[in-house]
Amino acid sequence: MTAIQDMSLFTSIIVIFISAAFTDNILLARFLGMCSCLGVSKKVDTSMGLGAAVVFVTASTAALNYLVYQYILIPFHLEFLRLITFIIVIAAFVQLIEMIIERFSPALYNALGIFLPLITVNCAILGISLFMLNKPYGFWQTFAFGLGGGFGWFLAITLIGGIREKIREESLPNGLAGPGITLIIIGIMSLAFVGFSGMIKI
Amino acid sequence: MADTAKKIFIKGLWEENPIFRQVLGVCSTLAVTNLLVNTLFMCFGVMFTTALSSLTISILRNYIPRRIRMIVQVLIIASYVMMVDIIIKALNPDIHRFIGPYVGLIITNCIIMGRAEAFASQNRPWSSFIDGIASGLGYSLILVAIALIREPLGFGTILGYVLPAREVWWHQWTIMVMPPGAFFMLAIATWIGRNLSPATPKRQG
Repeated sequence: MTAIQDMSLFTSIIVIFISAAFTDNILLARFLGMCSCLGVSKKVDTSMGLGAAVVFVTASTAALNYLVYQYILIPFHLEFLRLITFIIVIAAFVQLIEMIIERFSPALYNALGIFLPLITVNCAILGISLFMLNKPYGFWQTFAFGLGGGFGWFLAITLIGGIREKIREESLPNGLAGPGITLIIIGIMSLAFVGFSGMIKI
Repeated sequence: MADTAKKIFIKGLWEENPIFRQVLGVCSTLAVTNLLVNTLFMCFGVMFTTALSSLTISILRNYIPRRIRMIVQVLIIASYVMMVDIIIKALNPDIHRFIGPYVGLIITNCIIMGRAEAFASQNRPWSSFIDGIASGLGYSLILVAIALIREPLGFGTILGYVLPAREVWWHQWTIMVMPPGAFFMLAIATWIGRNLSPATPKRQG
């Protein structure tokens, strides 16, 4: 905890990014975003589409929520309203982005379009905003935390998508196909990511 | 849709169990099941929120414009979650410190949104309330079962009481309380659950 304040801003940003993406992977160590992960990770390209959207939205909403929390909620002593405020910020942001993309880049809208509404109820996004409250971060560090968390999620869901594509044709025991086997795959991947823990402490 | 209360209850609790049948709300399942105490508080929060938000959404269902229904539902759910957050903080600040972020995440727990969207927005308040309670109970059932396996294996305790075996021969199985243990246990629970209750025919609704 103390180390992060002693570092220069640039170093701390890099450390936070790496630790959020690997040692504290939001999907494999914090269990967030499982629902959409189990639902969408059937193929690599859809996984990557949703992953990219999540990276963008987590980074932006973490920064936005940081500003709202520090400069609106704390001065007015409204911290107990944080849950409802954060979810409104996220929902409004996603809606806004959807409209902007639809207007300016129909190609990107078609690629990303169906994933955007899913993101509002993706717990990884709200989770990042809630976890940042417990950390002594400044604005840019929060942004790095959001970006790293999103990137970790992107990495995990893409890998899972790749493995699921490979095992689609295999025959599995009754009842294990679908979510069951996916959870076992995630468990094995999570074992690998547990190996990262302790590498960096934040 | 003319189901009796009992039928709705059994459906939510077992036949369409949110965890192993619909695979909803798994995030919190994994995170809080390493200690039974945390699990019980979390189950309370989820049951409270599903039941009351289903009731509220069902009462208001004819007044909510279709286009903005998602955001209205999220707001209703978020207000109940805020209450749960404050209640847990008052009852037990220590536990709140640990599961606090996950309590906030009940808002995005797909069980609640799923029940609101699939059931409460089309049914009468009373049956929606029953449906909410049943789904919450179905969720709690699996969570408590998983916690009852993870806590003794990982820490050698149940609800904080040290089991006699831990002193004698049991070596604590740390991986059970770490993330991979959660994934494996949930996978096994899904597997068993799906075999015990064979797939029901597609819903008409």
